[in-house]
This record gives sequence, C-alpha cells and structure tokens, in this order.
Amino acid sequence: MRVAYFALRLITALSMWAGAASGFEIEDRQIYNAASESSVLRIISTADRAVFEPIIFAFQQANPGISVDYTITGTTDLMKAIYEENAAFDLAISSAMDLQTKLANDGFARSYLPTNAASLPDWAIWRDQLFAFTQEPAVMVVSDTYFSQGAAPQTRDALIALLRANPEKFRGRIGTYDVRRSGFGYLMATQDSRTSETFWRLMEVMGRLDAQLYCCSGEMIADVASGKLALAYNVLGSYAASELATTDGFQIVELTDFVNVMLRTVLIPSNATNVDDAQAMVDFLTALRTRPDLVAASGLPPVDATALQDNPALRPIRFGPGLLVFLDQLKESKFLRSWENSIVQETP
Amino acid sequence: MRYLLIEDNLKLAGAVVERLQLDGHAVDHADRLDAATACMDVADYDLILLDIMLPDGDGRDFLQRQRRAEKRTPVIVITARSAVSDRISLLDLGADDYITKPFDFAELEARCRAVLRRQGGAADNQKTFEGTILNLTTGELQFGDSSTNLRNRELRLLEVFFAAPGQVFSKSHLIDRMFSFSDEASENAIEVYVARLRKRLEGSGARIETVRGLGYRMIAA
Amino acid sequence: MRQPTSIRKRLFYQLAAVAAVLSLAFVLVVRGVASQAAEGTQDDILAASATAIADSLSSEQGEVTLELPYSALSMLGTINEDRVFYRVTVNNETLTGYADLPVTNAPTRLDTPAFSTEIYRGDEVRLTSILRRVSNSATGSKVVVTVAQTRSGLAAITQRITVTATGVGLLFFLLATTLSLLAATSALRPLSRMTGAVTRRGPSDLRPVTEDTPAELAPLVGALNSFMARLRSSLTRTEDLITEAAHRVRTPLATVRTQAEVTHRKLNKPEHKQAIRDMIRAIDESSRSAGQILDHAMVTFRADSLALDPLDLAALITETCDRLAPTADLKDIALLRKLPDGPVPFKGDGIMLQAALHNILDNAIKYSPEDSDITVRIEVNSALHLSITDQGRGFGDMDFESLTTRYARGANVGDVVGSGLGLTIADEVARAHGGRLELSHNKEGQGACVSLILPYV
Repeated sequence: MRVAYFALRLITALSMWAGAASGFEIEDRQIYNAASESSVLRIISTADRAVFEPIIFAFQQANPGISVDYTITGTTDLMKAIYEENAAFDLAISSAMDLQTKLANDGFARSYLPTNAASLPDWAIWRDQLFAFTQEPAVMVVSDTYFSQGAAPQTRDALIALLRANPEKFRGRIGTYDVRRSGFGYLMATQDSRTSETFWRLMEVMGRLDAQLYCCSGEMIADVASGKLALAYNVLGSYAASELATTDGFQIVELTDFVNVMLRTVLIPSNATNVDDAQAMVDFLTALRTRPDLVAASGLPPVDATALQDNPALRPIRFGPGLLVFLDQLKESKFLRSWENSIVQETP
Repeated sequence: MRYLLIEDNLKLAGAVVERLQLDGHAVDHADRLDAATACMDVADYDLILLDIMLPDGDGRDFLQRQRRAEKRTPVIVITARSAVSDRISLLDLGADDYITKPFDFAELEARCRAVLRRQGGAADNQKTFEGTILNLTTGELQFGDSSTNLRNRELRLLEVFFAAPGQVFSKSHLIDRMFSFSDEASENAIEVYVARLRKRLEGSGARIETVRGLGYRMIAA
Repeated sequence: MRQPTSIRKRLFYQLAAVAAVLSLAFVLVVRGVASQAAEGTQDDILAASATAIADSLSSEQGEVTLELPYSALSMLGTINEDRVFYRVTVNNETLTGYADLPVTNAPTRLDTPAFSTEIYRGDEVRLTSILRRVSNSATGSKVVVTVAQTRSGLAAITQRITVTATGVGLLFFLLATTLSLLAATSALRPLSRMTGAVTRRGPSDLRPVTEDTPAELAPLVGALNSFMARLRSSLTRTEDLITEAAHRVRTPLATVRTQAEVTHRKLNKPEHKQAIRDMIRAIDESSRSAGQILDHAMVTFRADSLALDPLDLAALITETCDRLAPTADLKDIALLRKLPDGPVPFKGDGIMLQAALHNILDNAIKYSPEDSDITVRIEVNSALHLSITDQGRGFGDMDFESLTTRYARGANVGDVVGSGLGLTIADEVARAHGGRLELSHNKEGQGACVSLILPYV
C-alpha cells in the first residue's frame, strides 16, 4: 500500500512538472489503477477528487480493467489544454458550459449518442458531443453569525436593499467570485447580467462594500462558515450542499427571483485515443440519476427535468452558440471592464 | 286394309303400292296434295301414308288441315329426315307415327297395326275360318268361348294361313312373311312357331297341317 | 416467334411508366423546393444574425468596437445545433471572432448580405457577410461582419424531406400503378365481356354480338358480326345441302329397298333371295349409320349450348318406348317399363335425352334375341339412374371404356346392323348433363345393362 501510494505521489509530481512544461496548470493528478489493467482512460476534469472519486470507483467496479488517469485543472486551463495545446485526453469534464460549448462548436469534440440518450432531456445533450450529467444551481451562502435561520434576503432586490441599509455591518464581509480568474464565476456573472439588470446594481453595491473576491467556492464557503464573511454570492450549490453536511455555521439560500443552473458537462475530445472507454464513462455519467448512492457520495445533483419544473425560479443555462458571445474577445474585455468598474473600487 | 299413299316420287310410290298389294292391301296413290284431297273426298281409308316434301305444298300443312277438319284417319308420315327434332315436331303436328326412308315393310305394317290399335279403329279388320276369328289389328284369336292374344310373329304367321285357307305355304315363304330382313331366320324357327300356333288353335275349328316336302296349310279341324 | 402483345400489359406498363416519371418528378421537385426553402431559412437567419451584429457596431475613441449581442448568436441555435462561427473585420483587419474564417464573397454594397458556401474546420459552412461603414474617422471604416453556420441541420432536414418525399412518391407510384392496373382492366372489360359472350356461345350460335361495345370496338364487332352473318348463311346452306342430300339419297334408297322387297317376294331360288336379302341389309345398314351420324352430330352440337328445360323423364321414356314398341314387337321383344308413379322432374335437353334413350333402346332391340324382355328402369336416389337391361348376348369380355368410343362396336356383334355410335351418343348426352354412362352385365341373368346416371341440376 505504502509503495503504491509513494508511486502515485511520484507520478503526480512528475506529471505536475510535465503539466508545467505543456503550459496549462495542473492542480492535481491521480491514477486509479485497475486490478488487471487492460486500458487507461485519461480524464481532464475541473471536479475535485473528493467529488469525483466515488464515481471513478463505481465506474471501475462496473468496468473492471480500466485504469483511470484523473487530472484536475481549472476551467480555463482545461480549455487551454484542449483548445490550444492539443493535450491528449480521452474525456474532458468541466463546469464551464461556455468553454465546453466553444470546444464542441470549434470542432474539438467527438460525436457520440449515449445509450441512455432517450431518457435524457433534450437540453442535456448538444450536437451529440456535449453531455450534461449534473445540474448545479448558483446559490448564496450566508453566515449564521449574521443571519438567523430564515432571515436572509430571498431576492436580489432585497439583498441590495439590505446591503445599502447596513453598509457598516457588511463592509468587507461579502464574497463573490473573481470572474477574471474563475471560468465558473465568469459564466455565472455573464448569465446574471443577461437575466437581470439587478446584477450590475448588486455589483455596484458589493463594490462599494469592498467585496472580497475568491477563486473558488470552497474558500468562500469556509469563510462564510467561520464567520469571516457574512455572505457569499454565486457559490456552486453542489459544493455548498456537500460542505453543509460536515460544516456548521452557514445556510444556503436559493434566491427566489431567479437561480442560474449550471450544467456540468463531459465531452470526448476529438483527439481521444481510448474512445470506447470514454463512451462507457459518458454512458455511466449520464445515467448518474439512477445511482442515488453516487449522488450522495459525490454530492453532484444529477440531471433531473422534473426538479426544474417544480421550481420555476431555476433557470438552466441553455447550450447553444449564444454561450460563445461572452467568450468574444471584445465582449469579454468590455464585460470585465464593466465588472471591474463596479466591484473593484479602490478602498480609500 | 285400304291405304292412301301420298308420295310425289312415282318410282317409290309404284314400288310401295306393289309391295303393299303383295300383302293383300288396297292402295290408292296421290302424287300431289290436291289429288290426295280429291281421293279422300270419294273414299274412306284405313290409313294414310304421307310424304312430307310434295311439289304443291308441305305435307305438314296437309296434316294440320286434316286435324283441324277433325278427320281421324290415322296418318303415318314417311320422312327422309332422320333428326330427332324433326320427328318430334311431326308428332306435335298430329302425325300418328312416322317412318324414316328407307323403311322395312314389316316395320311399317307393325306401326300401322299399332296405330290402328291405339285408335281402336278397324275393329272389323278380321278374318274368320271355321268359326275361328282372327283380328288382324289386335292379334286377338277367338273361337267358342276362348279368346287369346297372339304375339306378333304368331299373328303374322297365322295371318298368312287365314289369307288363303287350305293353300300350302312353303317354309321359305313363311320365313319371308314372318321375319324382317335383319333377322337371321332358320327353317327350324318356322317349326317352332307352327308348333305354338297349333297349341293356340287347339279346340278350334282350324288346324295347321304339315304337307310333307312342301310346307304347311290351314284346314278345318 | 413474336410474343403476342397484350393491350392490358401495354396499357399498364405505359400508365406505370407515366406514374414512375411523375413520382420521380414529384420527389425531385419536393426535395428541391424543400431544400431551397431550408437553405433560404438558414440564409435569412444568418443575415438577421449578421445584421444584429452589424447594428451593434459603434466607434469609441476613434476605434471601431463591438458589443456582440447575445441574441445574434443564440438565434442561430434555435432551429438546429449547428456550429457557428463569426468574424468581424475592420478595413480587412480582424476585429474579433474567428480570424481564419474565409470570406470569399465579400459584399460590395452596404447592408446587402452576400452569401457563400465554404469548407471550414472540416465542415461545409454557409457564410453571410454584411458590409457596414462606421464613421470613426474622417474617412470612416469599412466593416465586414461575417456569420457562418455548418449545414448538418440543413442536411438532416433535406434528408428527412427526401425520405418523406420518396416515401410519398413511392406510395403515389404504388397507388397509381394499382389504379392503372384497375384502369387497364376496366378499360378492357368490354373486350373481355365480348370475348366471354362469344366464347360461351355454342358453335351454332351465330347471332350478331349485341353486347354494349365502346365506340373503339364497334368496327371490330361490326366486322365480327358481318363475318358471322356470312358464316351463318354458309352453314345454313351446308345444313340445307346435307338435309337435301339425305332426302335425295334416302328417297331412291327407299325405292330400291321397296323394289327389292317386292322382288324378294317374287323370287324362288334361295341364292337369288339371299342376294336380295344382302342388298336390303346393306341399305338398312347405311341408313342406320346415316341416322346415327346425324344423331351424333346433333348431340355434339347441342352439348355446346345445353338447354336446361324442365321435363318429365317418365313421360320422355314412355314416349320413346311407345315409339320403339312396334320395332321391338317385330321380334316379340317386350319393352318393360319400371317407372315410378307420377312424373320424374328433371332439367335437361329433352331432344338429347331422347336421342340417347332411342339409341340405347335401338341397340338393345338389335342385340336382343327374339321373344325376350328389355327393361327400362328409373331409380331415384342421390342421382337419377336410368337403366336399360336386355337379355341379349351382353358385352362379353369387351372393355367397357372402349365401347363408348366412337365407331367402336362390340366384338361379338358382327352379324348385327349398326355403326357403333349408339353408346357414344348416349355417353356424350350423359356427360353434357354432368352425368355418366355406366355399362355393366345384367345382374339377373344374361344380357347387358346400360345406365345413364344423371345428377340433379
């Protein structure tokens, strides 16, 4: 066991070096060897090991003989790896729908029709290349220290009013994504801006209150739970929910005016070499809904059309060329400029 | 018996007349319909022999006129047509019988006898010898209280003897009278029939005598 | 040898060919129109998208800038999932979008979209370009907005329409073919009706064809009718000739026979008498043969158009027996009739049945010894059994089958006048009535039994 663990670490270290050489940044890499290996499935993913490991184990149980080479990176790096560096992976899993869409649109994905395609909603598959397997809302996380149970604002307007009324109480205690660094944050922000004008007002207010900017949901949740932050806006709901299982001190608020729902997607890169296993994994992931044990273990809410119908505030982000718009160089720079103007205000 | 022969072919008519006369019948001959009508105005006939195709009209018309005039004299049509349909239409027109050319006189005689018998006419067509009465139409033989019906050949044989009682008839002559030409007859057959007749005549006033080497004759018993 | 051509086949093939051409034309036209419409729709959306992008062009501090509208690209995703590319150039320098997107058909007029089809990133794409002028400087900038979309959705639509159109075309073809088959049959129905009417006729039925005939067939029917009229008059002449000949021959024969009988009576020498007897027999034989041949011809002729008149078989038998009784009487043969009381109804041709009965009885009388019985019986069970039993010499060892073939005569009848047609006639009459002739030995002793077995109609 120990030897194996050491070997793993060594491989991880080596690959980090290799990753650096290839230009995109690898956060972590883990190889899950099969008992009797017959093939290797190379996955590049934005999902943390803790989240994805149960799925990999279950997959290997169902498909013995497949070793999984699991590389974790950020959404932007994943894009870079595939789009620019032609990195060799058999599967790309990302929470950045827009980037995944661009990969598919620009011809970096291979077509496949999952065996359970008929049971999936139409909006969960795009071009037979992009397959959604989770639906994850962007939520607000509030600290118990600042909000008693149920006292948190339920709409963006209420939140703006609250912040405006109590600038001192919340100054420096509001967190949100740094959209310049997080693909997920950028996607949520742009979708917010499309959906409602309140987004820019909220950014204004948050900027004035010296909002803290984060790269990742995990840190934001931790800071809220510890009371360092009063609230964090646009946190990945699935992380928050799984964190809540082990951590006290915060509440999850699904705003009632609207909640953007991000679809975590998987695609088979066009340069994939182990297509068969990649397809098996796609079939496995799109059937996530049929495995409540994995849903519980990973904390990933599976694609579920009925859940969306039940809550009209939930707005799943639709696949399509529209997602390319905010990836336009001009558009992106303009958006970021506006965003910076709103939120990054020099503290006097 | 008295016949009226209506026939336009003179040769045939001549032969028929001669043939019938051989059997002792009286025959008038008319070669046209008007002549036939004239004959019938002056004489009664036992039977009319009618040819269909005549120079002054169709025999069928004559037949119909006869029937319409309720003249019951039996008519036997002599026809050259042999198709069944033609024969049937003749009967429908009122002919009592028909005979197809060429015809056997034995058959003609049999038909005449049958027609007369059916009509119940010519009851007086009979001959008597020594109290024994032979009806030539019905074949009835009567003497004393007894009465028997002769069969056809018996009748034809006895008829010969009754026509000329006492006269000796050779066996070959009797064969000619008794058998038609299609029959193969032997002299033995004559002996058989003579034997039958003798049985029939037992108790009557007549008997048939064998004349050795010559034939037979009928004499008073 | 050339195959005979069938009008129906030709008509059918021609109609089917027309249907095939029409179906093909339908498929091609529908496909063409539909794909054109689909292409038009794509072009319209591309133009709308390009226009929306062009509309959001602006100038900022002397630079051309663009606020790419979300709807400009999302609208392209509404009808299909095709890949989308765009490019905005300012004075031929790429401002944003896919710099390598080829623009071959550059628009020359403002706001008039120019279209072209190219291969880009491995797929066929449809490109739309719009030319705009943005007044960012004294001269203004020439901006070309190009939006491109792959055409797999279009291909899918075209494919679907092609499949549907082909299906409809095929269905149309099958329907049209079926209908043309019916039409060809129906068009030729008068012909087959006429054929049937003529075929069903007996050989003697030479009446003109009066069935409703379409104008096109009138000349043919006219020709046929006039031909039949000629044939009829020719046949009538022949029939008259035969009848006349029969008459002409029979009358002299009758004369000769009568004279022979007279002569026979007058002759004394047995050899002379025998000669005359032979002569008379020869005459009788020829006369009987002639009669049977005519009967046989009549039976054959009537069998073709069998009359089914209701008749009483008992009466028919009685009449025929009466008719033949004098002949039988000559040989002291008794015709015994064992008939049921009352009429025996039957549907058939009376004249044919009478001919059959007459010939069987005539045979029986000829072959019976003198002083014997001939019994005529009718037994009614599932069929009518009409049997004539004699006490003659029977059929001996003769094959029953061959006895009914024409002109066959029993092997043991050499001395009896006859042509051998009698049983053949009876057999044909029985067959014409759906029955059969059965020959057997007299079960009650010596002799033959001839049975006509007639099914009820």
